[in-house]
Amino acid sequence: MSASNTLWDFLPFLLMGIPVTIEVTVLAMAVALPVAVILALGRGSRLAMLRWPAGFVIELFRGSSSLVQLFWAFYVLPFFGINLPALVAGVLVLGLNEGSYFSEVVRAGINAVSAGQREAALTLGFSPSYRFFRIILPQALPVMIPPFGNALVTMLKFTSLVSLVTIQDLSFRADLIATSLAQSASVFGIIMVIYYALALLLGLGARLLERGVNRRAGRIIPALGGAHTSVPAWALGGDL
Amino acid sequence: MSSFHWDWNFAWSILPALLMGAKITIIATLLGSLLSFVLGLIWTLLRLKRIRLVTPAINFFVSFVRGTPLLVQLYFVFYVMPKWGLSMPALVTGIVGLGIYYSATASEIYRAGIEELAAGQWEAALVLGLPIRRVWLGIVLPQAVKTVLPMLGNQVVAMFKETSLLSTITVMELLAEATSIGSIEFRYVEPLTLAGFIYFAISYTAARGIRRLETEHHVVHG
Amino acid sequence: MSFTAEPASVEAAPAKPPAPTLVSMRGISKSYGERKILDGISLDVAPGEKVALIGPSGSGKTTILRLAIGLVKPDEGTIWIDGDYLWHQAGPDGLKPVGERHARRVRRSVGIVFQHFNLFPHMTALQNVREPLVHVLGLSRAESDAHAIDLLSQVGLKDHLDARPTQLSGGQQQRVAIARSLALRPKVMLFDEVTSALDPELVGEVLRVVRDLAHASDMSMLIVTHEISFAGDIADRVLMFDAGKIVEDGPPGQVLKNPENPRTRRFLQAILER
Repeated sequence: MSASNTLWDFLPFLLMGIPVTIEVTVLAMAVALPVAVILALGRGSRLAMLRWPAGFVIELFRGSSSLVQLFWAFYVLPFFGINLPALVAGVLVLGLNEGSYFSEVVRAGINAVSAGQREAALTLGFSPSYRFFRIILPQALPVMIPPFGNALVTMLKFTSLVSLVTIQDLSFRADLIATSLAQSASVFGIIMVIYYALALLLGLGARLLERGVNRRAGRIIPALGGAHTSVPAWALGGDL
Repeated sequence: MSSFHWDWNFAWSILPALLMGAKITIIATLLGSLLSFVLGLIWTLLRLKRIRLVTPAINFFVSFVRGTPLLVQLYFVFYVMPKWGLSMPALVTGIVGLGIYYSATASEIYRAGIEELAAGQWEAALVLGLPIRRVWLGIVLPQAVKTVLPMLGNQVVAMFKETSLLSTITVMELLAEATSIGSIEFRYVEPLTLAGFIYFAISYTAARGIRRLETEHHVVHG
Repeated sequence: MSFTAEPASVEAAPAKPPAPTLVSMRGISKSYGERKILDGISLDVAPGEKVALIGPSGSGKTTILRLAIGLVKPDEGTIWIDGDYLWHQAGPDGLKPVGERHARRVRRSVGIVFQHFNLFPHMTALQNVREPLVHVLGLSRAESDAHAIDLLSQVGLKDHLDARPTQLSGGQQQRVAIARSLALRPKVMLFDEVTSALDPELVGEVLRVVRDLAHASDMSMLIVTHEISFAGDIADRVLMFDAGKIVEDGPPGQVLKNPENPRTRRFLQAILER
């Protein structure tokens, strides 16, 4: 390896990982959301025939290691004749996994819509799909946004795993550069900052979304401030 | 369409190696959890105390650790530590990495447990004139523990599953054993499926146990 | 709990109020954000005097109690408890504002019973009452147990010593709270709408305890309540609050039966028509 190659030369290569990371995050999230809704409806269904498979899928994905799931999709499925491209395998596993976790949030959100609302919709004679999409879901949405923000950031971090199944995201490229250059500290430090910046952006986006959704649902808008402790000052010692 | 046959003999033969890996996984989980509990407590104390410069720094640190992937943090610790003169076995590096990553979550858990305390409890303690130490040890802690313990338990289970990432920094835990066997024998189905099953069996049982303790506790104490 | 700007500075704080009073306030103002809850309030409570505070929600009655026990600091004005400044200290150079440690000492003379009881849920009734005896008065286990049992017997809960709050009714919990706040033998007892959170059939047992306390002890009492007839029964004086000011102040016979202020009249009419 030529001694004149520096980190600077590899920077464009590294930064080209950003769109890949974002792409995987978005695609996986696009899979996770419908999966979460379907699983939540399945789990809440009165039909045992729907409840048990949904419960099984949820426990399966939540109860095992996500990296194992990824490797299984990548290395084992071909033995059964299913040859998924790396990106498809990654997005599917990430989506099913995160979707299983998020289905709990969806279920909680749906249950949060008061029974009174559901009864009113029922007695007014609306069809089940109208009831769900026009009455229940819009009211369940505000409750689901903050956890959705968390899920987005989790997904972002999650995508780093696909670097281990040949997808050339930020982590993949960083690892490649690190082994080529033996200059590891800087490269991993750089992508940590990039990931953090992306996470902050996603968090901000989620909070803006929260305000928008809350405004439409007619609820009080939470302030964009930081967290504050409710521990009273006197308990933290010192004369005031 | 290739037809696949599960080889029970093969599966049986690789089990000892996988269990060796599982042992490493469990060690990493227990020690990593311990480290995260201790560090997390330190972070929370420093964050609550509102010390100039220190508290915002810790807040940022916790936010940063939670906002970046564990994988990258593990790489960082693994590749960077030797450069700073700290040369440790890979497992220790892994435990340190896990401990730091999860200490951020632990800190949030402690904070949530304390903040869950109703304002009225603080007021009652204040108007009765109870000394500050008694308030923390006798009023706040016993109530916070009820929320904190199950959450920490869930964190241990989550860490257990994420120890699989240690395979990327040469630790021969369960997943590393499985992929190593897979690449040598070029039979991935049995090792990965068995490994997946072991992960599932342990984490599912543990999670159920925690859920049962949670509900039991609520029934007894209300 | 909020600790806002320091109360009035050294020069403005007035001299001691005419003794003897147990609670005195002068020129008290308190705002929460934009809303001014109390506007230039002054009041005195003599030793042994039972004062009822009535008025619509948000009129400042509860804030007066919270100020009296030092849960909140006033934006302006001075407070004395048993002759001591609550938030100031008199020194050779005049008055200077002080903080929590001083307030803690002065606070010992005051007890409060909250609307929502605020019992410690992980402790039994006995342990709740015992808590201040052991950790504030420093009594031995045996002594504090004896005192606590005595207090709980006084409120009629001798058979419920080992019950936890979740095992007690609202009325019983409130009685435990009363016993607990009596443990430190305060000179002033504050009652903050102590029956408002109770089911109607449990109100009576708590009012009975408060009434007995009012008749039997020489503590001063400040009672915020919506139970008008109860207020009339036990109070020596009734203060009517409205929009941050005291609009009426007099004996119950006058304020409750023949109020001078039209706002008092309107309030009583509305509340008695329930």
